Parts: sequence; C-alpha cells; structure tokens
Amino acid sequence: MGDLVKIQDLYVWFRVYGGYMKVLNGVNFSVGKGEKVSIVGETGCGKTTTMKTILRILSSQAHIPKGEVLFEEKDILKMKEGEIKRLRGRGVAMIFQDPMASLNPVFTIGDQLAAVISHSGVQDLDKEKIRQLSINALKEVKLPDPERILGSYPFQMSGGMRQRICIAMALATERALIIADEPTTNLDVTIQDQILALLRELVTKRGNSLILITHSLGIARENADRIYVMYAGNMVEVSNNEELFCNPLHPYTEMLLGCVPKLSGGGIAEGIAGRIPDYLNPPPGCRFEPRCPYATDRCREEKPDFVDVGNGHKVACFKYN
Amino acid sequence: MGINLLKRIGLSIFVLFGLSILIFIISRVVPGDPARLALGPRAPEWAVQKLRQEMHLDKPLYTQYVLWLDGLVHGDLGRSLVTRRSVTTDIKEFLPATLEIVILSAIVLVFGGIFLGIISAKFTNSWLDGLIRVISYLGIVSPAFVWAIIFVLIFGYNIPIFPTMGRLSPGVVPPPMITGMYTVDSLITGNFGTFVDAFKHLVLPAIALAMGGMAQAARITRSSMLDNMGKDYIAAEKAYGIPEGLIFVKYLLKPSLIPTVSVASLDIAALFGNAFLVELIFNYPGFSRYGISAMLNKDLNAIAGVIMVLGVIFVTINIIIDFIVAYLDPRIGLAGR
Repeated sequence: MGDLVKIQDLYVWFRVYGGYMKVLNGVNFSVGKGEKVSIVGETGCGKTTTMKTILRILSSQAHIPKGEVLFEEKDILKMKEGEIKRLRGRGVAMIFQDPMASLNPVFTIGDQLAAVISHSGVQDLDKEKIRQLSINALKEVKLPDPERILGSYPFQMSGGMRQRICIAMALATERALIIADEPTTNLDVTIQDQILALLRELVTKRGNSLILITHSLGIARENADRIYVMYAGNMVEVSNNEELFCNPLHPYTEMLLGCVPKLSGGGIAEGIAGRIPDYLNPPPGCRFEPRCPYATDRCREEKPDFVDVGNGHKVACFKYN
Repeated sequence: MGINLLKRIGLSIFVLFGLSILIFIISRVVPGDPARLALGPRAPEWAVQKLRQEMHLDKPLYTQYVLWLDGLVHGDLGRSLVTRRSVTTDIKEFLPATLEIVILSAIVLVFGGIFLGIISAKFTNSWLDGLIRVISYLGIVSPAFVWAIIFVLIFGYNIPIFPTMGRLSPGVVPPPMITGMYTVDSLITGNFGTFVDAFKHLVLPAIALAMGGMAQAARITRSSMLDNMGKDYIAAEKAYGIPEGLIFVKYLLKPSLIPTVSVASLDIAALFGNAFLVELIFNYPGFSRYGISAMLNKDLNAIAGVIMVLGVIFVTINIIIDFIVAYLDPRIGLAGR
C-alpha cells in the first residue's frame, strides 16, 4: 500500500508572548490508501495541530521550522495557494470535534452544503446537480427528509444530526482522505456509537483513507487498522491494532492502557501522575521523561528516535534501542 | 413576516400611547406657569388668564389630556407659545432639516463603521489597523460637538472647502417644499446646483454627528470578526476548500454583523438627541434645537409634539432594525420563515 499522506520530522511552533510554544517536536506519521488510522493521545498533545498542518489551516501564529508533509508524494508545505485549494476541495476533508460549532449558525444547511460541493472541483455543476448531490449526501448519512433539512438552520438540529451533516459535507463529493477530529467527543454516549458506525461504514464502502483522532483507546481499537500513540508533540508508538493492546512497548502506552477502567476486579483506574510539559520550555530530551518510571540520564539529554522494532511496530524509547 | 410586522406595529401603538400619557403629565407637573412665561412678566393678569383659558390650562388634568389627544389624532398638536405658530407647522419646518442630517449621519455611521471594522479585521495588527483603532478610541471618547468644532476649524477655516453655517449658502433659493428636505426636494425638482449646495451644508454636521457611533460600530465589527475567525466553522469552511475571500465577505461577515447592527441601532436613535449641539455649532435650524428651546421655555405643546414625533421615530427605527437583525440571525426567527 502506497502512502497517501506521509509526515516526516515535522516541527510546528506557535509564536506567543514570551517566545515560541514548541508544540510539534518531530512528528513522523503516515496513512496508506484506504487505510484507517487512529491517533490516540491526551488533550493538548498536538493531534489537531498535526491534522491542521495537513490542510494548512493553522492559525497565523504558527511557524514551521522543519519538516515535510507529503500528500501523494507532493510537499503540502511548499504548495502554492491554487494547489492547496485543490487539495482541500478534492483531496482531504475534515470533520471537527464540536458539531455545535462547526456549522455556520446563520446559513442554511443547504447553502453550506452547496458551498462545499461547488468548491470541490467537480466539473459541470449546475444548481439542480448541486441540490441532487446535497440530497444524496444527506440520504447517505441516514437523515430523514433531506429536502426539509436543506432549508433548515443548524440551530434547529440536534447534536447527532449536526454531526451527520458534517459527515455528509465531508463525503458529499469524492475525497481521498477523511480526517475525523474526535467526532464523538461532544455527543451523547448513545449517539457516539451510531456516528462512528456510520463513519466506518461509509469510509469502508468508498475506500477512503481515514484518520480518526480520539482520546479513547476503545474507539481506536474498534475503528482503526493501525494506531498511533501521541505524547506532547511526538508520535511515541505505532503498531497494528491487535499488537498495540497485546504488546505495548512505550511506557506511556503501557500507562494509558493501565488507565482504562476494568469491569471486574480492578477498581478505579490510577491515571498517570504529572501533566503534559510546558511547551515554552519543554524537556530537552524525551518529553515523557519527567513522568516516566524508567527514565535514565540519557532520556534527560537525548531525544529517542522513532524506530521500527519489527513488523511495522515503531516506538520512540531508549528501552528498545 | 406580514403578521409579525402587524403585531409589532400594534404593540408600538400601545408604547406610543403610554408615552403620550407620560410626557403629558411630566410637562404639566413641572413648576412654572406656561401662560405667564409665554406672555412675559409685564403682561396684564387678564391677558394671562385669557391665554390659560384658550389653552385649557384652567381645566382638570384629565380633561386637558383628552382634549390634547383629540387634537393629536386630528393632526393638531396645539399652538407653540414661543413661535406663536401651530406646533404641526413648526415640526413640518424643522423636522426635515434634522432628518436630512440624521439620515446622512446614519448612513456614514453604519457603512463607515462596518467598512472600517472590516479593514481593521482584514489587516489585523498592521499599521492601518492601529490607525483605525486609535481613531476609534478618539471617536468614542470625544462627544459630537468636539468633532463639530474641530471640523469647523479645519474644513471651514483652515481649508475652507465646506460651508459651516445654515442649510444653504446666502443667495441660494430654497427648493419648493415637497418633503422639506432640501437635498431631496432639489433633486425632485431637478435643481442640481441647489442640491450640491444643500448637500455640502450637510457633510460636516453629519460626519461630526456620526463619529461616535461609527467608531463604536468599527470596534464591534472588528472584534466580532476576529472572534468568529477562530470559530470551528470558519476553519471547517477553509478545510473544505471554500476560497478565503468568499469566506471573509460572506460566511464570516454575516454572523459578525449581528452585534454591530444591534448597537448601531441604538446609536442611530440617539443621533436626534446628540444633534442639538451640532445644530447649534453649525447654526442649523433643526428639530433638536427647536425641541431644546421648547423645553427651556416650557412651551407645553411644542414639548409634547417633539417628544411624540421622536417616539414615533424611535419605534420605527426599532422595528426596522429588528427585522434586519432577524434577517442576519435566523435564530431570532422574527422574520418568520
């Protein structure tokens, strides 16, 4: 499988009062064609920043000192405006975290869907065709009465319906990659499963690649072929779905798995002591070192490489190299 | 939409009715004898008595109110004690003059404010943004009469490109009375030279009057656009490949204008009150000056007439603004879909 997106040694900094927040610290990541990949990590570890880099929608304070983001072997960071527009229209779609906030409150669903479709690079669009595509997209996400929804405003919809509409927007036209940024975090537990099942079904049916960002290992386990574990701006471990749960290598992954509450006999899970480091003055070596029970002097000074330990299972920790 | 409009108009009539009672009572309980004030201290007592009777001031308050209300529905607001003319005639003469200024001022306020706000938001933290923000602060902290004096000094004295007195230059014949607004009347009768002259007389007072509200509108537009720029839906629209220019002028601007329009409407309504000092400085025979002089002279009928007219204007502006806001923000749902 060729890589659709390949991120190599990506650094992203944000200019703030008092210096740079060094958020992404050499991220390595890839997703193959038709592959479903999940990124797991705690809040603030840079998952969304990584995704926004793929679409080049980072805020104006962002600064990229180093790194490559390849989409079909072309570097996104070096693309001109026109190419980026084509990429956003045709190549990648992103579904955001909060469906309450990711639809424009003062335009109808129909208007917003039409805008998305008409800038997706599809040829020969007229009003009737756009309408037809919009209705089809709404039908595909199993929303009843699509005609009425086209004329409605977001505030007239429930959270689950809005997230379905966001999925409809992402899938209204052909796209190679769908990025879903915690698509169910803000939804009811009962709705979460429906939305994920729908997303999984549609993406599988069309053969899109999917990047699913989540902080729930359970969601990752159910929906992804491969799982990345991210910590403080680094990918610390990646492996096949199965392998990661049976044989976690990185201390952070181990501890994350320890945090999952068990139904029988475990009591309440422990959690991980400490917090994500200060991005203004991050630890010079491994960023997990201050919280790591196995930390050595080497960890304090040197940043571990992301190395393959066999079978595509990669880990960034001195315990293994 | 039609039903909502009728509802609003119906409610407004109640508001105006309440206003009429309030203003009638307030104007009558203020101490001082209006008849004596009107005739002066040396008038004989019998003449004052006669005027009191003519004005029904000798009757109980509720009878006075009913008589006044009866006149009001017939378009008769009584006689002004100062100008000795019918209040209706006075209003017909003075109101259009101020309307002219206020309408131009409102246009400058809304469009100028939104335009400056957009520029400021588009070029955030550039020197242009900084300049607009400084001027906005100045606009908010300085009252309209300060701007009026500055404008008279700069554009009337140092660089005399605009007239600073009255409604028309000396020697220019006023256009025939149709609406009473010289600019409109001169255009209707096709007298372009008069139009230009009348318009020139409006420019400085209108801008001086608009400065405060315009600055406010610019600041609100700017901050609301910057606020919305960080919203997920704008990021989502970008992520879907919608061109940034289109996002800016359509998807970002529309939700950002809601607070601006709500605040600007209050500022526009306040223009009538602020117009007083500006009219004084530009020696402009307008409605606000008429209103203030009526109050200082305890000219009962004129006070009541002025307040009622202002009430109607306020109510109308409010209805219009509510419908604009309902158009911009479907969540309000007044326009009825």
